[in-house]
Amino acid sequence: MSIPPPTAQVEQPAIHVHGLEKSFKQLRVLRGVDIDVARGSIFALLGSNGAGKTTVVRILATLLKADGGTARVAGFDVATQAADVRQAISLTGQFAAVDEILTGRENLVLVARLRHLSEPGVIADDLLRRFSLTEAGSRRVRTYSGGMRRRLDIAMSLIGNPPVIFLDEPTTGLDPEARIEVWQAVRELASGGTTVLLTTQYLDEAEQLADRIAILHEGRIVVNGTLDELKQLLPPAQVEYVEKQPTLEDVFLTLVGTKTEKEQR
Amino acid sequence: MNKHFLGDTTVLLGRSLRHIARSPDTIITTAVMPIAFLLLFVYVFGGAIETGSDSYVNYLLPGILLITIASGISYTAFRLFLDMQGGIFERFQSMPIARSSVLWAHVLTSLVANLISLAVIVLVALVMGFRTGAGVLDWLAVAGILLLFTLALTWIAVIPGLTAKSVDGASAFSYPLIFLPFVSSAFVPTASMPGPVRAFAEHQPVTAIVNAIRDIFAQKPVGAGIWAALAWCVGILVVAYVFANLTYRRKIS
Repeated sequence: MSIPPPTAQVEQPAIHVHGLEKSFKQLRVLRGVDIDVARGSIFALLGSNGAGKTTVVRILATLLKADGGTARVAGFDVATQAADVRQAISLTGQFAAVDEILTGRENLVLVARLRHLSEPGVIADDLLRRFSLTEAGSRRVRTYSGGMRRRLDIAMSLIGNPPVIFLDEPTTGLDPEARIEVWQAVRELASGGTTVLLTTQYLDEAEQLADRIAILHEGRIVVNGTLDELKQLLPPAQVEYVEKQPTLEDVFLTLVGTKTEKEQR
Repeated sequence: MNKHFLGDTTVLLGRSLRHIARSPDTIITTAVMPIAFLLLFVYVFGGAIETGSDSYVNYLLPGILLITIASGISYTAFRLFLDMQGGIFERFQSMPIARSSVLWAHVLTSLVANLISLAVIVLVALVMGFRTGAGVLDWLAVAGILLLFTLALTWIAVIPGLTAKSVDGASAFSYPLIFLPFVSSAFVPTASMPGPVRAFAEHQPVTAIVNAIRDIFAQKPVGAGIWAALAWCVGILVVAYVFANLTYRRKIS
């Protein structure tokens, strides 16, 4: 089911956030956040724990009301056109939002029914195949591994082909293998034209996936650009000659550091 | 009201009923305590209680049915709490569904689950010698009162389900509800109680509802008592419904 886009919104960004503010009691979490996300791109919101990434996502997903500023998703205002926004988005939260008592297939059918789609069973089987969950589809989700849950979670988010998808820390707590699987799924999404906003605290994740990266710090976006643009923010590399005897710590860090880097690749 | 309300509620109700079907222990646990009370009071204490009724199990059953409901609804709080804890509640809220259907699905599930538990208790009571001359219409009247009472208490249960910080907190609220019948006409006639206790017992909802159901089962004219019982049920229902929805709205905005 898709909603015919009003003609005026074609050039608009998929997500437009301006001057977004939010406080929890005395704590000012967001102090004027500005973001624009182009259609069909992957946008990574970086920040340390408690920086407010999840708050931004929750406001954009209509789960939380902002105190100030405007936010539009797929051309709709999150405050005044929340129902239209919900039609156009899907959210994968920090903790896998799956029903553990149901089977994987039942979870997918449930979401397809709630999105009022015809043939929910066909949609479910198709997604189980795409996410290599066909065999596990008839098992209860309680028996799934962390990676399988996450895959199911993301599969549930794809039902109905929403044009904008929010992934809040999609790989937190996953082992490296599961992480790569999730990355693969995200790339496929974006290549299909879906706009993806993901939050992460892993810098390499942003580096791997995102077309644009923004860093959220103390309630504001401190930088926003492509990876290359961000790299240029630092002063150009200088060549200096320093004579230095290696310490045992240097040796250790060099050896171990290189090794872990290789393993990650 | 959202045009998808009925459809969405049906889908979500199907989900919750599946939960119950896959862990029927919630129904068994709900039924165990009332059955224990039945056995204890009929076979141990009952002989010493003067009720003026021909058989104590006939006297006792209505109160036991209310205790069953009071313990059954704590599972609504429990299930709602688990939905809130996991991410599934937020997933539903970020989807284009009728938002109130999330609560209604839990409430209707509670009605179904409690109806099953109540049927089990009635069967046990029949085995223990409960007899009534009530006809189909009388049984329907009793079922109606019990459903209304379940609905009212379930909307109370929604509030801790939405606000609790822990599983224990989500179900602890039902303890006072379970013990309310002890200070009512459910186990002993209120006339045997000392003044202030008697005054409380005679003016609390359980007594009114128990008396109405007891009269229907005994084929006595219910008189004004039935209206007091219905008024209590509807009153609790309206207040609980309003507060539950206020809590819900605060939670999702």
